[in-house]
Amino acid sequence: MKKVEAIIKPFKLDEVKDALNSIGINGMTITEVKGFGRQKGHVEVYRGAEYEISFIPKIKIEVVVPDSIIDKVINTIMEKAKTGNIGDGKIFIYSLEDVIRIRTGDKGESAI
Amino acid sequence: MKKLYILTIFLLLIFSGFAIAEEVATPPSPSSVEQASPAQPVPPELATKEEPKIDTGDTAWMIVATAFVMLMTLPGLALFYGGLAKKKDTLNTMAMSFVTYCIVSFLWIIYGFSLTFGKDIGGIIGSTEKLFLSGVGVNSINDLAKTIPEYIYIVYQLTFAAITVALASGAYIERMKFSAWVLFTILWMTLVYIPVAHWVWGGGFLAKLGALDFAGGTVVHINAGIAALMGALVLGKRREASLKPSNLTLVVTGAGLLWFGWFGFNAGSAVAANGLAGAAFINTNTATAMAAISWMFTEWMHTKKPTVLGLASGAVAGLVAITPAAGFVNIKGAIIIGLLAGIIPYFAVATIKPKLGYDDSLDAFGIHGVGGILGAILTGVFADPSINELGKGLLFGNPGQMLTQIIAVIVTIAYSAIMTLIIFIIVKVIIGVRVDIEHEITGLDESQHGEKAYSL
Repeated sequence: MKKVEAIIKPFKLDEVKDALNSIGINGMTITEVKGFGRQKGHVEVYRGAEYEISFIPKIKIEVVVPDSIIDKVINTIMEKAKTGNIGDGKIFIYSLEDVIRIRTGDKGESAI
Repeated sequence: MKKLYILTIFLLLIFSGFAIAEEVATPPSPSSVEQASPAQPVPPELATKEEPKIDTGDTAWMIVATAFVMLMTLPGLALFYGGLAKKKDTLNTMAMSFVTYCIVSFLWIIYGFSLTFGKDIGGIIGSTEKLFLSGVGVNSINDLAKTIPEYIYIVYQLTFAAITVALASGAYIERMKFSAWVLFTILWMTLVYIPVAHWVWGGGFLAKLGALDFAGGTVVHINAGIAALMGALVLGKRREASLKPSNLTLVVTGAGLLWFGWFGFNAGSAVAANGLAGAAFINTNTATAMAAISWMFTEWMHTKKPTVLGLASGAVAGLVAITPAAGFVNIKGAIIIGLLAGIIPYFAVATIKPKLGYDDSLDAFGIHGVGGILGAILTGVFADPSINELGKGLLFGNPGQMLTQIIAVIVTIAYSAIMTLIIFIIVKVIIGVRVDIEHEITGLDESQHGEKAYSL
C-alpha cells in the first residue's frame, strides 16, 4: 500500500477529486495549506505600501491506495492538476505499513 | 502603455464631469440665498435676528441627523478602523471608538456643552452657566440653533466631539495601553476639543475673525489629524509597523456607514431642513465619489492595482475635505475639492509617510489632517456667496478669505500639537502610554481585554 500526498492549486481540487472518484478512489483527506516553492509568494499593496506574502495557499490531498493502482492514481492527479505553469504543485509517495478501520478492526487493503 | 490607458479613462471622466459642472454652476436665483439659514460657524451676533420658534421640520431632520452622526463613530469608525487593524488587535481598536463615544457622551452633558457653547468669555472659552445642563428644559432654544429644541442641539454637538477624539485613535492602535487611551480621551476632549470648537463655533476668536468651517474641517479633522501625528510620534513605532488589514470587508462596511452618517454631519450642519442642507448634501456626495475615483486611479497608476481599500480611503479623504466647504461651495468647487482629496492625501500616505518614518498606524493624520487642511484652504478659494452669503472665496473676489482660512488652520495646528504633546506627557507620567513588548506581540485584544476578535 502507498500513501499519496499531493500539493495542488486550490482551483484544481474539484477536477482532481472527481477524476480520482471515477477510477475507484472512494476516500480522501484534504487540507488547506500554505507554502512556497519555485513559484515564490506574491505581493499585496495597502495604501501604497507593498508587502511580500511568501506563503501562498495550496490544497493538500492525501489518499491511500493499493500498490496495484498507484501508477494510475499518479497519472490521474498529474493530468488533472496540471496547468503547465510554475506552482502546479508536487506529489509525494510513501510506503504504508498498515491501515486499520476503527469500526470493524479490518486490516490491510480491505480497510482502505 | 497600461498606465496611459488608465490615465485616459481618468481624464475623460474628469472632463465629462466638468462639462456637466459648467451647466450646473450657472448662478442660482437670488431667492435661494435668502432661504439659507445660518450655518454652524456663524457667531451669534451675525445670525439673523429672528424670534426663536421651534420648527417641526427642522427638528425632525436634526433628530435624524444627530443619529446619523452617532452612527459614524459606532459602528462606522469602529468597523473602518477595526477591519484595518491586525487580527490580534481588532477588538481593541474597536473598543477605542466605543469607549470614547461613551466617555464623551457623559462629559459633554456635565461640562462639555457649557464650556463650548456657553456665553463667550474673552473669545477663549464658554461659560459654566450650563454645567449639568442647568437651565435647559424641553422648551429651551439655543441662540445658535433657533428652530430646534436645545436638547437636540446638545446631542448633535456631542456626536461631533465624540468622533473627533475617536478619529485620533487610528494613529495610536496596536501599541497603546487601553487605560492610557481612556485618560487621553478625557484630557483631550477637555483641553483641546472644547476650546477649539468654542473658537470656531461657540463665538470665540476664530469665529470673530471670519474663518469659514461649515461642518468641522478645522475643529474635527485638522484637530484630530494633528493629535494623531503628535501621539504617533510620542508613542513611537510599532514593532511590526505595517498595515495588514484583518478584514477588508469590515473596512468597506465602515466606510459606507461613514459616508452615510456624513450626510448628517454635513447636511445637518445647516441646522435646518432647507436648501442649504440640500447644497451641503449634494456637495458631500459629489466630492466623496470624486475622491474615491481619483484615489483609485492615482493608485492604479502608482502601484498597478485599483484596490478596494483605495476606494474606501479615497471616499473618507473626500468626506474630510468637503466637510468645511459643504455649505459654502458650488458643485464645481465640490468636484475639484473631491478630485484633489483623492490625490494629495494619497501621496501623503503612500510616499511622504514612509519617507518621514512616523508610524501613523491607520493614517489618521495622512487622511484627516492632510485632507482637513486641504479642505479648509480650498473653502477660502471656492466659497460661493450664491450658495451661502456668509462665505465669499478667492474666486469670487475675496482673496482675504484664504488668508483667514490659513490663519485658522495654523492656530488649530499649533494649539492641537502643543496640547496633545502635553497631554501625552501627563498620561505617560501617570500610567505610561505603551503596552510592553510581549503584549504588543500577543496582541492587544488578549492583553488589554482578555478576548479574541475571531474564534473561527
